[in-house]
This record gives sequence, structure tokens and C-alpha cells, in this order.
Amino acid sequence: MSSEFLGRALIVVPAWNEEAAVGETVREILDSVPNADVLVVDDGSTDLTAEAAKAAGALVLELPFNLGVGGAMRAGFRYAVRHGYDAAVQVDADGQHNPAEVPDLLAKLHEADIVIGARFAEKGDYQVRGPRKWAMVVLSKVLSWVAKTRLTDTTSGFKATGKRALPLFAENYPVEYLGDTIESLVIAVRAGCTITQVPAHMRPRRAGTPSHSPWKSTVYLGRAGFALLLALIRRWDVSVRASTPRVPTPTATVERGAA
Amino acid sequence: MSAYVVAIIGSILILLGIMELLRRRQLSEKYAVLWLVVGVLLLILTIFPGLLGTVSVAAGIEVPSNLLFFTAIVFLIGVALHLSWELSRLEDETRKLAEDLAILRLDVEEQGKRLRSPKDSGH
Repeated sequence: MSSEFLGRALIVVPAWNEEAAVGETVREILDSVPNADVLVVDDGSTDLTAEAAKAAGALVLELPFNLGVGGAMRAGFRYAVRHGYDAAVQVDADGQHNPAEVPDLLAKLHEADIVIGARFAEKGDYQVRGPRKWAMVVLSKVLSWVAKTRLTDTTSGFKATGKRALPLFAENYPVEYLGDTIESLVIAVRAGCTITQVPAHMRPRRAGTPSHSPWKSTVYLGRAGFALLLALIRRWDVSVRASTPRVPTPTATVERGAA
Repeated sequence: MSAYVVAIIGSILILLGIMELLRRRQLSEKYAVLWLVVGVLLLILTIFPGLLGTVSVAAGIEVPSNLLFFTAIVFLIGVALHLSWELSRLEDETRKLAEDLAILRLDVEEQGKRLRSPKDSGH
């Protein structure tokens, strides 16, 4: 990479019942990005996700009930803003996103406010077919037009958010299904943020099974279309100045009681 | 024919109202779909009033308006049930928040005491 990211970065890992994978993911992130903090947002898990993440050395936000990926990410963005981070990167807990590519995303934040790790751009062998593929193609075309830049994979969760977009997302990150990928980009563009992408390699997930039945894909197509339509007609009186109040003094992180 | 025009204008206004609520983000996605479908069906039935008659004949209902009342009642019962379910979930979630808040408050107070106590005992 030509330029290196010098600010403080927070790696946000939304995790819901990922005890089998989250520990290894956190360790990998800490190896690849040693000067970043890792925040695992435990989205109301009923298993030992929080314990596994803590044992691996991550900060853990335990949500009292399931809020969905969007809600978990918003909690992460709010934490980042309140604690004065310069960037936040979403990395999924299941190990699909390669932590070794996080520095690439961070480096690209010099050029744009949001950097997407795109699965189809040059690198990797990520394959989808049928309705899901059509949905992804249409979404990419429309969002490329909205963002006035070429985006090939707009449903990727692997994203870096820079300092300008952080307060915006801390306040307005969509919590609805698919909103965290589609609508978030529309909001960012409306607020005057720039978006770009870097090629990323997707790995097979470490635990759990992907859902790729034809029926589910068709439902996905419908919901994605509706989410896109909704995002485009909705009124977003947003500006990047909209911000969450920061904690006045950086409070000392108190270690959890020894009990 | 003026009743026809008034009905169409009314239906369009209802549909526009739903759209505007959506646009202002006062309706979340899951309710949006529901009310959009209702709005569109309402508009279709107002534009083609004969449609109701055709459907009720096919369904074996003698008075077309009864079909309308029947569907409306079933739909409203469904909505009421769904809202009760959502309300129960929300109640449960607020309760959990209150419990967690109480636990956090105790934790913070205990931490504060622990931080203060060495200073107090020293003097």
C-alpha cells in the first residue's frame, strides 16, 4: 500500500451466536492490525460468544437482546464516536472477511469516506447464482449511479468508515433488514460522503451454513428491491455534522471485576 | 358519478399519506409493505367497483359489500394480533433494559466505592 492509515481504528465485529468462530476471528484481526482495537458487539447471543471474544482479547458490547446487524453496527459506531476513533471497520465474526485485508481498506480512507471490500472486483472466487445474483447486479448498478462511482459489490458487509461518516452512521445507521448495506450507502451519499471500493477475497465461513435455497434467494430479491426503493424515496435531511455527543473526558477503561 | 370521483380521490389521498409517512421514516419497512398493499388494493377497488361483485360471486357471497366487511374484519383482527405481539415483545425488551440498567448502576457504584476507598483509609 502506498499510504498507511495513521489514526485510531476500531474494528467492529457484530456477532450473534458465533462462539465457534469469533475467538479465532478476533485473534486474526489483532495479528493483522496490531494497533487497532477490536470491539465485538454481542447481539443478544444465547451461547458463549461474549466469553470467547473476551478471552481472545476483544472489547465486548453485550446487547441485552437481538438488534440485528444494523443495530449492532450502530452500537459499534456510537462507541467509536464516543471514544474518538478515526475509523471503524466492520468485519464479520464468521471468518468470511479476511482480516489481512483490513489495512488495505484503512489505507484507502485517504481517498474516500467509506471503503467497501468488494467480493467481485478482480480478486477471489466468490460465486453466487440465480435471483440473488440478479439482485446484487441491479443493486450495484443503481448504487453506482447514486454514488457516481463504480461499485461492484454493494451488499458486502466488509466496510471501512472514515472520520467524516462516523457521526453520521452513529446517528442514522439503518437497522432494518438489508438497510445496513443498501440504505447506509444512500444515506452516506445524501450527506455528501464519498464511497470507493477495494477488491477483497471472501473465505468460506468458519462455522454455520450459508442459506442459498432458491426460495430464500427469491425472497431476498424482493426484499432487496423494496429496500432499495425505500432508500431512494426516503427523505434524508442528514449532514455529516449530525453527531452523537462525545464523552467529555476520556474515562479510564475499568477492567471487569475479578469476581 | 361524483361519488366515484370522491372515492378515487380519497383512495389516492390515503395512498399518498402512506407514502409520505414512509418517506419521512415514520413507518418501518415491515409495516410499510402491509399498508402499501392495503392502499393499492383500496385504490384498485375504487377504480373498478365491479371487481368486488365479480369476486364475491366467485366466492359465493350474495351481497358484495359483505365480502368487503368480512375481509376488513379478518384483516383488522390480524393487525390487532400482530400489534399485541409486537407490544409484548417491546414490553419484554424494556424490562430487560431496566434490569440491565439497574445492574450497571450497581456495578458503577461498586466500582466508584472501590476507587475511593483506598484514599479514605489512607487518611
